[in-house]
Amino acid sequence: MEYLLIVATDPEAEPFVPEDDNVGDWVDDLESRGIRVRGQRLRPPTDATLVRMRGGELLVTDGPFTESKEWMAGYDILEVESLDEAIEIASRHPMARFGRIELRPAWPMDVHEPGRDRHERERAEAAAADG
Amino acid sequence: MTQAPATHDAVARAYRDEWARVTATLIRHTGDWTLAEDCAAEAFARALERWPAEGVPRNPGAWLTTVAKHLAIDRLRRRTNEAAKVREAAEMDEVEGGRNVGRRAGVPLPATDDLVDFDPAGDWGEGADDSSDDGVDDRLRLVFTCCHPALALDARVALTLRTLGGLTTEEIARAFLVPEPTMAQRIVRAKQRIRNAGIPYRVPDAASLPERLGGVLAVLYLVFNAGYSASGGDAERRGALADEAIRLARLVVRLMPDEGEAASLLALMLLQDSRRRARVDADGELVLLDAQDRSRWDAAEIESGLAVLRALGRRTGGIRGPYRLQAEIAACHATAPTADETDFDRIAGFYDELAALDSSPVVALNRALAHGFAGRAQAGLDELDRLEASGALDRYHLLPAAQAELLVRLGRTDAAAARLHESLALAPTEAEQRQLRRRLAEVTAR
Repeated sequence: MEYLLIVATDPEAEPFVPEDDNVGDWVDDLESRGIRVRGQRLRPPTDATLVRMRGGELLVTDGPFTESKEWMAGYDILEVESLDEAIEIASRHPMARFGRIELRPAWPMDVHEPGRDRHERERAEAAAADG
Repeated sequence: MTQAPATHDAVARAYRDEWARVTATLIRHTGDWTLAEDCAAEAFARALERWPAEGVPRNPGAWLTTVAKHLAIDRLRRRTNEAAKVREAAEMDEVEGGRNVGRRAGVPLPATDDLVDFDPAGDWGEGADDSSDDGVDDRLRLVFTCCHPALALDARVALTLRTLGGLTTEEIARAFLVPEPTMAQRIVRAKQRIRNAGIPYRVPDAASLPERLGGVLAVLYLVFNAGYSASGGDAERRGALADEAIRLARLVVRLMPDEGEAASLLALMLLQDSRRRARVDADGELVLLDAQDRSRWDAAEIESGLAVLRALGRRTGGIRGPYRLQAEIAACHATAPTADETDFDRIAGFYDELAALDSSPVVALNRALAHGFAGRAQAGLDELDRLEASGALDRYHLLPAAQAELLVRLGRTDAAAARLHESLALAPTEAEQRQLRRRLAEVTAR
């Protein structure tokens, strides 16, 4: 299964200790095992750009400057057997201590299926699953 | 015609003993939890029809698993055929109407996605194989998956009772005083989450086993306590939850005989449950431990609990975990002929050990109380006062109640009465409030 591992800051986490930032070992280990597809650190929200189309008009702004102290600081894409493996890997990332990690499973879809068909099919499937 | 009730009992017994095995095996083969439960239920319905005429099979579990597997294969074949028909129709549509030109040939329709890895004619093994090639009992996989930490706690509880315990959604809803549709949705969502989040159907590896086993035991103890602490709701239905928790704990102990904490939890449940009848008097009022009629304690259940502890004592030295220590404490109470003869020194020793493992303020409270009852009332009270000053148990009604009991021992009746009034103002249930009022009357009458 493919997971997006989101590295986030967290004001409630342990204070950052630069000497304990062993993210290089973490990446080397995963790449030698073929688990990490790719990943990057991200610049902070102050360097973000927001793009919106509203009423056919393009709006480009800097931001978003939300008050939140928890923001996305990086990402990795993992290819693993199961959630348990992803959890074990996430738990060894230094930012699990100094921040927090969110694991999001990929939700594969056929991008060429017409949007209307997909929308209706998935609604019907959700209704069937809810019994 | 005594045969029919006898076979009916045999089916009921098989349901208790074999439900988890049948369901767990089917989940491993199909990966579809709802299909597994439906086919297991159908297999038991077939047993009700056929066993009266054909007799109870020598190995009911094997019979039920085989029947359930065949039902599952049938249903999956039908699903595959329907999906194929749908795909055929879609392809016709593409050819005739040309509306779906965008759909490339060979892209599987989503309805068949579940079946990608499933081969109905594949290797299902023979007879009641309840373990795969690695020799792991499927029920153990089921235990760990139902209690996976990535599921919400209430979802773990519901799924454990439904899929592992075989309780109906209606029974679980009634026990937790939740509307049935709410409980049904909770279970459906839990199953969807297992699938969507990629929660595996397997026993955790050695590195994470202790932590994960702790999570399993916590779920079972939560179910037990929901049944045991009869605060609100129907006492009988809740009692059924305590029974179910004990049954599931026995199963976990059978599956993992070397895990001392699992056996300790079983002992703890048995020793606490032995007092179930004595905890409520004829008027339905709560009776605290020291005032209970000990002749109403279940002697057989106490003996079962003590036997589990004796077996553990023989097996290992080593450190004792929290369930072991709590079970030892429960055993001290269970073996005391009267409340006054309780060996509180021994109990205080166990609490000292427990407090070293578990820094929770409730453990600290019970530890202070045990020392107080062991003849060190002032030291115990000082400790409780420190706890109060820490603020960790703000608004917890049992803190002033504990202070009151030690004040009574020190002869400070007025101060004790004041603490009981404090406790009364905080007590969450009517039953507890009535019990505190009775205690207040006793204390002020001295």
